Amino acid sequence: MAGSKSTDPAVNQMISKAESLGIPTTWDRYESMLPQCGFGETGLCCRHCLQGPCRIDPFGDGPQSGICGASADTMVARGLDRAIAAGTAAHAGHARHLAHTMLKMAKGKASAYSIKEPGKLRSVAARLGLPVEGRSDNEIAVDVAEAALADFHEKETPVMWAATVVTEARAKVLTELGLVPKGIDFEISDIMHRTLYGVDADGVNLLLAGLRCGVADLAGCYMGTDLADILFGIPGPVFTETNMGTLKADQVNVALHGHNPVLSEVMVSVAQEMESEAKKAGASGVNLVGICCTGNEVMMRHGVPACTHSVSQEMALMTGAVDVVVVDYQCIMPSLPQIAECMGTTVVTTMENAKIAGAFHVPFAEETAAENAKEILRLAIKNFSARKNRLVDIPDLKTPVLAGFSVEAIVGALSKVDAQDPLKPIIDNIVQGNIRGVCLFAGCNNVKVPQDQNFVTMARRLLEENVLIVATGCGAGALMRHGFMDPANVPSLCGEGLKAVLTAVGEANNLGGPLPPVLHMGSCVDNSRAVALAVAVANRLGVDTDKLPVVASAAEAVSEKAVSIGTYAVAAGLPTHVGVMLPVLGSPAVVEVLTKTVRDLTGGYFIVDLDPVSAAEKLLSAIDERRAGLGL
Amino acid sequence: MNQTKEIFIRLDRCVGCHTCELACAVEHSVGKNLFSSLAEKQKPRKRLFVEPAASFNVPVLCRHCHEAPCVDVCPTGATYHDEIKDLVLHDAKKCIGCSLCVQACPFGMMRQRAESRIAVKCDRCPDRDVPACVDSCPTKALIYADTESFGRIRRRAVTAALANAYLQKEAG
Repeated sequence: MAGSKSTDPAVNQMISKAESLGIPTTWDRYESMLPQCGFGETGLCCRHCLQGPCRIDPFGDGPQSGICGASADTMVARGLDRAIAAGTAAHAGHARHLAHTMLKMAKGKASAYSIKEPGKLRSVAARLGLPVEGRSDNEIAVDVAEAALADFHEKETPVMWAATVVTEARAKVLTELGLVPKGIDFEISDIMHRTLYGVDADGVNLLLAGLRCGVADLAGCYMGTDLADILFGIPGPVFTETNMGTLKADQVNVALHGHNPVLSEVMVSVAQEMESEAKKAGASGVNLVGICCTGNEVMMRHGVPACTHSVSQEMALMTGAVDVVVVDYQCIMPSLPQIAECMGTTVVTTMENAKIAGAFHVPFAEETAAENAKEILRLAIKNFSARKNRLVDIPDLKTPVLAGFSVEAIVGALSKVDAQDPLKPIIDNIVQGNIRGVCLFAGCNNVKVPQDQNFVTMARRLLEENVLIVATGCGAGALMRHGFMDPANVPSLCGEGLKAVLTAVGEANNLGGPLPPVLHMGSCVDNSRAVALAVAVANRLGVDTDKLPVVASAAEAVSEKAVSIGTYAVAAGLPTHVGVMLPVLGSPAVVEVLTKTVRDLTGGYFIVDLDPVSAAEKLLSAIDERRAGLGL
Repeated sequence: MNQTKEIFIRLDRCVGCHTCELACAVEHSVGKNLFSSLAEKQKPRKRLFVEPAASFNVPVLCRHCHEAPCVDVCPTGATYHDEIKDLVLHDAKKCIGCSLCVQACPFGMMRQRAESRIAVKCDRCPDRDVPACVDSCPTKALIYADTESFGRIRRRAVTAALANAYLQKEAG
């Protein structure tokens, strides 16, 4: 049965172990949840007031409106809007956390942090219209952090992290459509207001507000990336490894799980100081590994290996080799402490807004970051001492990864080919057809899909058709665990044109071979990097982003964050595939807007297709349509 | 002895979620898939209803009567008693849409298509081991069992309760 749950053999080994020990996993819980409620699946269940819950019968047999009179269109659009708002709130929380960290750092209250990229600090400040000449880094950092915090509420200017990061033409389109957000929190709050009992009952109007909130989410993500790069460094190409074989039986294994680098960066620097304490306890060292997007953040900047991702996070603990898994927020399964208890792991929560019953809580604060990190590492060393003579089951599987492809790293690599005009090689190759188009893979692993199957099937097809692939989040995780970020696999995976481009750029950069088949752009907030790349290429070509042969896919989406990211991809003009069903089928009118009508407004649209084979063909046709539009 | 299975209802279990109704409609669609069935030309119809009664929710199903009024009144033999399966079934090809069966059924279990008056009724899901409504119920309010085993379950629950009460009295 394991094969239908994951296509990753390491994960399947651990699923078998869980089965033999009778430890329930997310796949078991999914099985016992079946069949799932069809009203929820189609978006036709509303719990927004105390007269409900209301259900509309999708077969036209029972009620056709809620008790208040809300139609299926209203119900479905309201539900989707709230998902977009929740996703936006998560990225906003992440970005705000970084802004506060930066402010504390600049005011001398957080000694564990510093400005690692003064160049990016100054370029971001300049983009925001803040003075930089003759000012110290700290002065500018205070201004940038305050500008960031100001972007959350309604003020005289629109959300600057949205208005200044898109092409001029896109800013005009968004302004004309009334889709420029007033404040990130303002838009989230506005969605909660308009989806309240008896407020907005116009499906299209609701969806437009959802789109605007999606643009606010782009701002949250972009801000998250900008501030993290300034504080922790811009990622550059880095060789590392992935999968559970990166755990080491004779070392203190600490898994960094969640999303924000504010904690994990300090863990990385403090881990080195703790080596001697670990050795005293009989370990050969401290081994940090990543899970989910915290893993992506520290992989991109430090080459910390990634243990596993998303739906298989419980399986990392099943090895019995993880001494501590330290988490911040987002995508952390509440089941982890139960598995941890069976396996001798301690789950350490660190954030006030993300405690889990059964976990050990260390109240992390930027002011005491290094002490907090040491406390967590000492707990891991203690757990190692108890575990060191026990047998562990570490699957002997790991895959080489070349990661670290921020926009700056990509442009840097391309500048070795053309120093004057770095984007020219990529544009020339798109024009010549060596690169047919670009696809961004993003999002999660969904228990409804055999893990990684959609990503792998689609990426395989697109690569052989010479589509340049960039990836973020657990989409990047899926592809890296299956060898798509190993340069050695370029010959077997990529079409001739793409192979030539990846090889030329790799060799110009002395990487000893090609760039990897799929370029890792970072965590899920780093979908902003993909937008930044598209905007740079669009500006260089003198067209808007909706004209580029660029598509996106959240092939195994789970989180509401994937919904808000998909929404801003559509707002940016991209054909955007979702490989699991969104809860919208209950309203044919909403489906029509999302998959067709919105195209007349932003140029982007959703493609919902659960079959990865036909989804890949649809993305190829979308790419070809864009190429034809450019006269290619 | 008659060993045909029946669908029994546990009144205290039904939370009124209507999942059984959706599962029934989906099972009687062409694609047998919720998402694809929504687009089918002939609207899939549910064949059972959850009705409120005092503080209970009651799933109401075709009883597949042995002496079925719907069969008796059918002028064309479209609604018939299948001797082998001991079920009351319906042949749409013979149905003229006269609605007599709808009038005759004491349980309100004869329905008609959305698009015409051709009758629609429970067929106990011939393609499944366990009917879709039973299989889908998240609280196991529906039980698919033969009358003998269901009766035994009931009898044993009663005897267990009696025994407990007696033992408690002894101990007290």
